[in-house]
Amino acid sequence: MRATVSIRGGAHTPEPHESAVGHVTGSAPYTDDIPEPVGTLHACLGLSEIAHGRIVSMDLDAVRAAPGVVAVLTAADIPGANDISPTGLGDDPVFPTDTVAYHGQPLFAVVAETRDQARRAAALARIACDPLPAILGVEAALDAGAPDVTPPLTLARGDAEAALQAAPHRLQGRMRIGGQDHMYLEGQIAFAIPGEDGTLTVHCSTQHPAEAQQMVAQVLGLPFNAVTVQVRRMGGGFGGKETQMNLFAAVAALAATRLDRPVKLRPDRDQDMIATGKRHDFVADYDVGFDAEGRIQAVDARLAARCGFSADLSGPVTDRALFHADNGYFYPHVRLASRPLKTNTVSNTAFRGFGGPQGAVVAERIVEEIAFALGEDPLTIRQRNFYGPGRDVTPYHQRVEDNILPRLVAELEASSDYRARRAAILDFNAQGGVARRGIALTPVKFGISFTATWYNQAGALVHIYKDGSVGLNHGGTEMGQGLFTKVAQVVASALQVDLARIRVTATATDKVPNTSATAASSGADLNGMAALDACRKLKARLVAFASDRWDVAADAVAFAPNEVRVGDAAIPFDAFVKEAYMARVALSATGFYKTPKIHWDRANGQGRPFYYFAYGAAVSEVEIDTLAGEYQVTRTDILHDVGRSLNPAIDLGQVEGGFVQGMGWLTTEELWWDADGRLRTHAPSTYKIPLASDRPRRFNVALADWSENREMTIRRSKAVGEPPIILAISVVEALSMAVASVADYRVCPRLDTPVTPERVLMAVEGLRAAGDG
Amino acid sequence: MAQRGEIRFLLNDGAVALDAVAAEDTLLDFLRIARRLTGTKEGCAEGDCGACTVLVGRLAGDGLRYEPVNACIRFLASVDRCHVVTVEHLRGADGGLHPVQQAMVDHHASQCGFCTPGIVMALAALRMDNPEPDAAAIDTALQGNLCRCTGYAPILRAARAMADHGSPGADPLHLRRAETAARLRAMADGRRVAVARGASQAILPADADDLAAVLAAHPEATIVAGATDVGLWVTKGLRQIAPAVFIGHLDDLRRIERDADWLRIGASVTYAEAGAAMAETFPHLRRYWDRIGGPQVRAMGTLGGNIANGSPIGDIPPALIPLGAEIVLRAGDGRRVLPLEEFFIAYGKQDIRPGGFLESIRIPVTGGLHAAYKISKRRDEDISAVAAGFHLEVSDGAVRSARIAFGGMAPVPKRARAAEAALIGQPWAEPSLIGAAQALDRDFTPISDMRASAVYRMTVAKNLFRRFWHEHGAAGARAA
Repeated sequence: MRATVSIRGGAHTPEPHESAVGHVTGSAPYTDDIPEPVGTLHACLGLSEIAHGRIVSMDLDAVRAAPGVVAVLTAADIPGANDISPTGLGDDPVFPTDTVAYHGQPLFAVVAETRDQARRAAALARIACDPLPAILGVEAALDAGAPDVTPPLTLARGDAEAALQAAPHRLQGRMRIGGQDHMYLEGQIAFAIPGEDGTLTVHCSTQHPAEAQQMVAQVLGLPFNAVTVQVRRMGGGFGGKETQMNLFAAVAALAATRLDRPVKLRPDRDQDMIATGKRHDFVADYDVGFDAEGRIQAVDARLAARCGFSADLSGPVTDRALFHADNGYFYPHVRLASRPLKTNTVSNTAFRGFGGPQGAVVAERIVEEIAFALGEDPLTIRQRNFYGPGRDVTPYHQRVEDNILPRLVAELEASSDYRARRAAILDFNAQGGVARRGIALTPVKFGISFTATWYNQAGALVHIYKDGSVGLNHGGTEMGQGLFTKVAQVVASALQVDLARIRVTATATDKVPNTSATAASSGADLNGMAALDACRKLKARLVAFASDRWDVAADAVAFAPNEVRVGDAAIPFDAFVKEAYMARVALSATGFYKTPKIHWDRANGQGRPFYYFAYGAAVSEVEIDTLAGEYQVTRTDILHDVGRSLNPAIDLGQVEGGFVQGMGWLTTEELWWDADGRLRTHAPSTYKIPLASDRPRRFNVALADWSENREMTIRRSKAVGEPPIILAISVVEALSMAVASVADYRVCPRLDTPVTPERVLMAVEGLRAAGDG
Repeated sequence: MAQRGEIRFLLNDGAVALDAVAAEDTLLDFLRIARRLTGTKEGCAEGDCGACTVLVGRLAGDGLRYEPVNACIRFLASVDRCHVVTVEHLRGADGGLHPVQQAMVDHHASQCGFCTPGIVMALAALRMDNPEPDAAAIDTALQGNLCRCTGYAPILRAARAMADHGSPGADPLHLRRAETAARLRAMADGRRVAVARGASQAILPADADDLAAVLAAHPEATIVAGATDVGLWVTKGLRQIAPAVFIGHLDDLRRIERDADWLRIGASVTYAEAGAAMAETFPHLRRYWDRIGGPQVRAMGTLGGNIANGSPIGDIPPALIPLGAEIVLRAGDGRRVLPLEEFFIAYGKQDIRPGGFLESIRIPVTGGLHAAYKISKRRDEDISAVAAGFHLEVSDGAVRSARIAFGGMAPVPKRARAAEAALIGQPWAEPSLIGAAQALDRDFTPISDMRASAVYRMTVAKNLFRRFWHEHGAAGARAA
């Protein structure tokens, strides 16, 4: 027996990202880097300059006459459906025909020889509108009785009203939770190249090639098979390219088809931020009853969201907000209601967490309120309210069967020295200085699966070439999260070949059809399983071949590292494959996967929408300056659950990056519309995502290496993309403690998010004024 | 001497000469579109994300200094006689990955990879000056680079590890410094450069006298120093700026002189170049300086440009007005000197005549109690919500003089005259400062916008008087 060797780069090893060298050398191409064929034209969108109004006239003569302009396209040029609604509601026109629904809505496109010419021409449009009243924000929409863009959801269990009335303590509050721009570094882009016989290929920075394909086909009146959408990599997505690139893909494709020339549409950062949806901002009203120990008796809450002018994904986003309005806590009696409100703003969309983080923020605020009311450490109240034996049913009637929060939180509480540090901070604040500190530990419980059950399917395509190299393709898209690396590692382990043998190719609708969005943290769960299925098929064929060829029993054939054992013989993998090819074995296979066990009855608010839960917890410590409101996160400790990690380096990166992105959402990333409905924070000069110097000064991040998914997921791993966003709530709660110190913790500061320096200072000043008064 | 009709520069290892260059052409478009050097990315086209960071080397004194620059707002014409280095040209000693690149791979410091080339270039620039940086130096070096994926933690780990992969002295870029400098020197012919594409002309005067002559002939011209603001007029506002007169290269406007009484700074001196002298003369500005933009902006932006564009939220005027800074304005051969605060007449209106330009800034070297504060939503690389400068003289237990200026509180950078008056003659005690702060209500009526509300601006402005007391109360008492 030879020495034990293993393949290089198999599952569970900390392999670098498959494009790491390409990234650092600038040689990994993104859509805008694809060489442009001779004759390529460039499109630019013309945007509305009012928030709501009837279109009286669109004078585009000056646009047409501008230097370099080849064509101007409006709704009248659309041969198919003027709709790109991802849910088929018909409320999302490519270009509106009679009513402008938000400030910055695309109204037409101009196509010119150069991008610069197209941009300059677009500015020459003269659009006349009769203004209509515009409803911009959630509270204005509630006050005005604005409609929902999609049916709301109510989750209920028990009798919340009776339990609230019977509870020893009861309090109500309102919290405003801000939205968030994705601020992917690579903006939206689509590059459409006409092909033969009315077909076309669209290179597009998209998380959902199949939907882009569908939208392009629908707008052009083509069958899906005439449209190929392809994406090798995105420069970030975060949900912002799940539906929001449909517009750009459709317009580029429309122009390319009309003009029979390649057309690229790459909006500048301002247009990208103005004309694409964001994380929903919410206003949450909560009513909670609790006992003297701080145990929650009942919760009644309404989560109202600014959805914008159309539904987009607001239905499932607001649903998911309700699904996470318990975070890790058991509500014996509960009623949770959503209001997906229509507003005259850009249509809000998916953003990492998909409403879940907003729901979790509400849960943490409720617990925080209870802690302040009882004068307890909020962590104590949290721990008393965790799901546990006999207290394990969610507001949507799914049992929590895999709860590891108590252990996870206890470990983090100990490893971060939480209690002692909190005591030290209380002492520090008692000195009454200008600087005040806060510390908070908050948990995460995040449901994994698309709540649209049919989305939980995936396909893959695996080729073994006759030289022994492997081609891998699947429906998932690579946006930086390391999906291609992880799935390749799964294949490497399945085939027992070194990772270097495997090449992952661009996601393309003509390779794997009818795919789901790479979203809901599901990429590796779904596509990893589909790829594994393809490998199983290939291995079965190869085993049958070997058994026959060398006349051994099937169980005498084994895939060993980079070789195949056949009886006592060991054949190098490439030689083995060559033999199989010569024997006419099919060396290409498709794989398929659908998530088991899940079902969801939305009408009754009951079911098992989630296959499993992912968990985590974070402790953050902050210091604020009570004169200016500025602050620094001085330390964050995280313990996060990714099951049995497919790639610990990539998963660590998702946790670190998700935390900081969540921190940005909750601290400095402020979306600000003026009274006319114009977004004034539409570029990084005005919209402030975290910098290196904003990350916690000490940042200790660990994966819970003891965790294994109790469900049969891909190699017992867990999804990791979205849950870490929620870890950042610890920063809000720590800031809240620091602020509350100026009034001796008697009052919950009820900070709205984002907790900008301004909000910190105004809360401090408010508490001091109340104390003086 | 006849003018030169082309710009000349080095791009990676090749020489470039271009005559058809418009004033508005950016370095980034040239790299990506004309040269298909697509490793340099466009993330924002306004100098805020750093995805387009390249190194620009220029002759400074006897040496060649490389700085990180945002190619998106760097005008192509302004790289005349510079060495532009893109990520494609970055190499390690063996021709393979550069130490920064290797460390970034080793530490999983890229996810989507789109910001990565810019971060690699920013760290490569850091490494030239500081091969083994601590965390604070790395944070400062990365103030101009956004990453949306990683949370920066692995990038910090990589930056700490880059020294493990060799010393900067072994980098091919470093080994060719002398040769590169010689090539750049050979391009210098002392002539005015004028290039154009179509009707759009860009002029690089030969020296300050030539600048005066050019502006006399083209009083409508746009003066471009660091382009950190004018760049956005073009990339965001689609404005035509021709004829554009570039001054960033003018050695006679890049001087920093210090004597017993004055610190003099030429109009084309960048924030980065001025930083050491400012911090040495006015130690209270050291921290403030690090909050002006990021390294890319500090390498391009100039004190003169920050003043001349008249923004109410520029960082320089509120810091320098309290010091009694003056500016020298030149038109033709005529010069006049103006107290800095008198330059700002109204929003968008400065006291400068057609054909005139800001030649230099001079700051009296004074004692007393100094402070400069910047308040912004995000600490680094953000535009001020409020900026403030204080200069007080205290003796015999009382405030003898007070010069206090604010940015972000009015349509122009402005002194807080009522607050100053309320303070002068008062005893050196916290109530005096708190009382003076209340006079700000008479000095300012700030606005609400996306950076801050009016009430926050006023509240924090008043609180800065308390902060000043906390920082200087004891020192003032000693002076008394």
